[in-house]
Amino acid sequence: MSRSILRTVAIPLVAVVLGLLIGAVLILSQNASPSTAYTALLVGGLGDADAVLRTLQKATPLIFGGLAVAFAFKAGMFNIGGQGQLLIGAVFAAGVGFGIDGLPMVIHLPLALLAGAIAGAIWGGLAGTLKATTGAHEVIVTIMLNFVAGNLTDWLSANPWKDNSGNNIVARTPLVEDSATIPTLGAVPVGFLLAVAAAATCWLVLERTTYGFEVRSVGHNRNAARYSGIKVGWIMGSTMAVAGMLAALGGAVESLGVDGRFEAGVNVGLGFEGITIALLARANPLGVIPAALLVGLMEAGASRMQFKAGVAPELIDVIQALILFFVAAPIIIRWLLRMRQDTSEQLQLGAGWGKS
Amino acid sequence: MGEVMKPQQRQLLYAGLTVMLVIIWIFYSANGPQTTAVLAGTVRAATLLALGAMCGMIGERSGVVNIGIEGQFLLSAFAAFTIASMTGSLFMGTVAGIGMGLMMGWLLAAMAVGLKVDQIIAGTVLNIAALGLTSFFYDRSRSLGIGKYTNIDLGPLADIPLVGTVFFSRPPLTYLTMALLVVVHIALFRSVWGMRTRAIGEHPGAADTVGIDVLRLRYLNVTLAGGLAGLGGAYLALEAVGTFSRAMSGGRGFLALAVMIFGRRTPFGAYAAALFFGFTTALQNQFQLNNTFDIPPQFVGMLPFVVTIVVVALSGLVGSMRDPAALGQNYEKG
Amino acid sequence: MSEVLLAAQNVTKQFPGVLANDDVSIRLRPGRILALLGENGAGKSTLVNVLFGMYRPDSGQVVIKDETVDLHGPDDAISRGIGMVHQHFQLVPPMRVVENIVLGDEPTKRGLVDLDEARNRVVELSERYGLEIDPDALVEDLPVGMQQRVEILKALYRNADVLIMDEPTGVLTPQEADHLLGVLRELTETGLGIVFITHKLREVLAIADDIVVLRNGKVVGETTPSQTSESGLAEMMVGRSVVLQVEKSVATPGEVVLKVNQLEVNDDRGQIALDGLNFEVRAGEILGVAGVEGNGQRELVEAITGLRHPSVGVMEIDGEQLTSGSPRQITKKGVAHIPEDREKHGVVAVYSVAENSILNRYHRRPFSIRGILRRDVIRGHAQDVVDEFDVRTPNVLVPASSLSGGNKQKLIVGREFSDEIKLLIAAQPTRGIDIGAIEFIHRRILEQRDKGTAVLLVSAELDEILGLSDRIAVLYDGKIMDVIDAQDADREKIGLLMAGITD
Repeated sequence: MSRSILRTVAIPLVAVVLGLLIGAVLILSQNASPSTAYTALLVGGLGDADAVLRTLQKATPLIFGGLAVAFAFKAGMFNIGGQGQLLIGAVFAAGVGFGIDGLPMVIHLPLALLAGAIAGAIWGGLAGTLKATTGAHEVIVTIMLNFVAGNLTDWLSANPWKDNSGNNIVARTPLVEDSATIPTLGAVPVGFLLAVAAAATCWLVLERTTYGFEVRSVGHNRNAARYSGIKVGWIMGSTMAVAGMLAALGGAVESLGVDGRFEAGVNVGLGFEGITIALLARANPLGVIPAALLVGLMEAGASRMQFKAGVAPELIDVIQALILFFVAAPIIIRWLLRMRQDTSEQLQLGAGWGKS
Repeated sequence: MGEVMKPQQRQLLYAGLTVMLVIIWIFYSANGPQTTAVLAGTVRAATLLALGAMCGMIGERSGVVNIGIEGQFLLSAFAAFTIASMTGSLFMGTVAGIGMGLMMGWLLAAMAVGLKVDQIIAGTVLNIAALGLTSFFYDRSRSLGIGKYTNIDLGPLADIPLVGTVFFSRPPLTYLTMALLVVVHIALFRSVWGMRTRAIGEHPGAADTVGIDVLRLRYLNVTLAGGLAGLGGAYLALEAVGTFSRAMSGGRGFLALAVMIFGRRTPFGAYAAALFFGFTTALQNQFQLNNTFDIPPQFVGMLPFVVTIVVVALSGLVGSMRDPAALGQNYEKG
Repeated sequence: MSEVLLAAQNVTKQFPGVLANDDVSIRLRPGRILALLGENGAGKSTLVNVLFGMYRPDSGQVVIKDETVDLHGPDDAISRGIGMVHQHFQLVPPMRVVENIVLGDEPTKRGLVDLDEARNRVVELSERYGLEIDPDALVEDLPVGMQQRVEILKALYRNADVLIMDEPTGVLTPQEADHLLGVLRELTETGLGIVFITHKLREVLAIADDIVVLRNGKVVGETTPSQTSESGLAEMMVGRSVVLQVEKSVATPGEVVLKVNQLEVNDDRGQIALDGLNFEVRAGEILGVAGVEGNGQRELVEAITGLRHPSVGVMEIDGEQLTSGSPRQITKKGVAHIPEDREKHGVVAVYSVAENSILNRYHRRPFSIRGILRRDVIRGHAQDVVDEFDVRTPNVLVPASSLSGGNKQKLIVGREFSDEIKLLIAAQPTRGIDIGAIEFIHRRILEQRDKGTAVLLVSAELDEILGLSDRIAVLYDGKIMDVIDAQDADREKIGLLMAGITD
């Protein structure tokens, strides 16, 4: 049992190491020092309580984003719409957050989160339903919905929901009410705890419930699932809705906890990182947590790395791409570690664009 | 398998074309310059989409999905722009763009065909890598001193009203793309390479048993197709826009896939679909310039993407746009 | 003329975990038909793939036309005159006949494919060998028998001296099969040699000049038709004496359990697959549905199990109208289903044996309560199934993919039989599994029937139908040609009906 955990962890771990190594080469190409850079990165992410808080805060939307991809993956769907779902969740949560006042936090906060969650569920469910009814491939639809969401949230934050206080010209909503702001429990942001709870819930649902059994059946063998009486279309639609909801919660937590509002142009790219996280975690909901913490650490430390070593923070994106590459093509690592190929471990989706 | 159309479909197509021509004529009579601008913009947008679609279809007809066209556009645009800026030669820039496209095609092939990585994941790696690398190496201060490709008039053809300006007075890469449409069409449907390519996408086992090396042909095709995307990137940076900016591909690599599906994975079909999508983009630009209808720019901006969703959903319903049977599946011998 | 057209000499081929061919030698002479007989997993396919250049032997040689060769791949074998007609046709469905035939060896003109030249050659070949075909027809539009012709023409186009035919009659009616055997005989008269792989004992005796029997990778018998019999061959294949026909008592049919009236069902393309079907199955009897695949069997099974809804007509199970019932509603009525494609529909390979044992009943008590799975109950149930149905597996937690075909099928059967069932739908229940497991499953089906279950048996194996059924319905082109009592049925009569010929 522990042997298989070792095997599962080995590949992502080595992928990270290799990514960092190649990242070091890139740092050198910019005439900077890898050791300075990476040290700054570590300190910026773990050095003190503030740093740890930053890491946890960065990791929170990543967990949600990773879950959004992982959950859909279990049903055999590739959710690339995390970015759009996150934006939708963020803006609607902020909308409820600033738009209503006079409510106690115990009602307002959950309400705002719920608004974001439902909006995201609709956004994701739309793609899932289209796939179930028309066969439209969720990759294209979710990517398109990302752009639509981008435009929609831009418009909302620049027009009806714009912050017209003071001299503000930027496209953003007003600050959310205090009653809708996510508190911190001591040093730990509640948002992070929510994320961890979501991950645990996902795992429980997938492994221990009949719904989870249906989801996994559809993901492994759609035909056999149909023959077992499972309503495949319903699973597709509902899984994408759940995925959308998860990503949206990530956005909602950003609006209500970290930023205190929705601002267009912030949170760009967060959704795509969910893909890396999910793949690093091999689509295991529990594995998403350490993966998100790792990437969150890098992001928290990135500005310090820029300050101390003069390295552009986009290096983190490059390292992520490299890690993703090595996780997706584990055969390289296997060769390095002299591990044997186990085809059941390979993540597979493969299907065309139309109905199967 | 020369993509024969049923008689009813053909009639519908002619009817639709006639209606379109009539509408264009009406608008041209009403406002010549604006109509010309929109149509020219249509061709401009369509060129990029057509190149992306051709890249996608060569891979898909071979059985390999490529969702990394977006990343290929982006990184190739970057390469083209950087080299053109450094060398002062648009030609060298174009070559660099194509080269980068070939390299990325090779990478996709290595992952998807060689290492048997899931094809969608492999494409995503390309996209994320391209975004990260271009952002990391982006030099804001760099510019294209020499200016972008300019229009070349094709003699007397360019003097024809409307059609002349739109089709025959264009920069070189646009002409190249139109020529490529013919080349790719002949290659796919009449050449030995084309027949074998189509076979491995539909039934790789059949090709394997007659001695065709399925994996090698897929490798080759995906790599070469990357060159087309590379040309697209070069076109984007050196002809359409004239500079490089972060994430400048703007989702068009994905739009190209919709164009490919809508165009039934044929070059001419894809060009027609590309013109259609290009039209919505050109309209969007025109509205934003003139504020003709007082629609918020964000909603106009959504237009191409919403149209894509509708198209993709309808394609599934219409059902005649069938995927190559072996699309997305890794091929195992024996 | 060569002495030996094709031979394997002491060929050994090892795969991870299994010795597929163990010192195998066979010899094919010109103008003769060599039948290669053996169960699934005996090593026939491996041997043939070695002869065809798909695999390299670990030791031993391949001899083609008296010359020892080292084949680098199928194109090497093809260029030396070896042609293969696969069990699952290797044709590109959306392409034309002529394109399929010349693929890989295309005549060219100015760098482009010369289809006119190709067409001429195909017509010439088809006339020469009496294999009529329309070169411009799309393969996907052709009936199965014609598709097979295209496969044969492919080999002849490449000047084959040897044809290797892998289970060629599985998809043909008895008459088409006889016609094919006739064609093969004629081909041998031109000096062509044929290696004929099959598990059908009757055909072996009818057509072969030489017979080689493989078991567990070794040659266990070499004989000729005059020296042996069906039971003799079966014994060689399995290694012990085999009951080819399970003992069957007389049926005592009871109430009507399944009733189908004027049923019309469409296929995936929207065409009519079942055209006005009428029949009934009573408790305690087996109604066998005979017919070549592709005549509506799949749609029939899907309609009865709720996976496909009829456009017209009525279906009643145990008196209740369930024409547009869902699979779950129908299962609840006491209907069990053994699907014809176990990999695709019967098991989820990645799931454990335990999870597969409740694949279609996970939502019921005691396996789950209020949406939560009860894993200990599931495991216990799986162990019961494994014990009672002789599923060979180290434990119930291993993935189903580790089971052999026969054991997978036993697991499926065990799963379906574990409740009280009123109606059993068995679709190709013994396809692709070894004789021992076939025996087992046939016994269990008869047991169910004796317990009072109504059984609908859909099978393309005529022997299975004749051996098990009490009444036989023949399905052709979506219609039931006739329903005959088993005692009045014989191969001749059924074969004609299967081909759509009524008197």
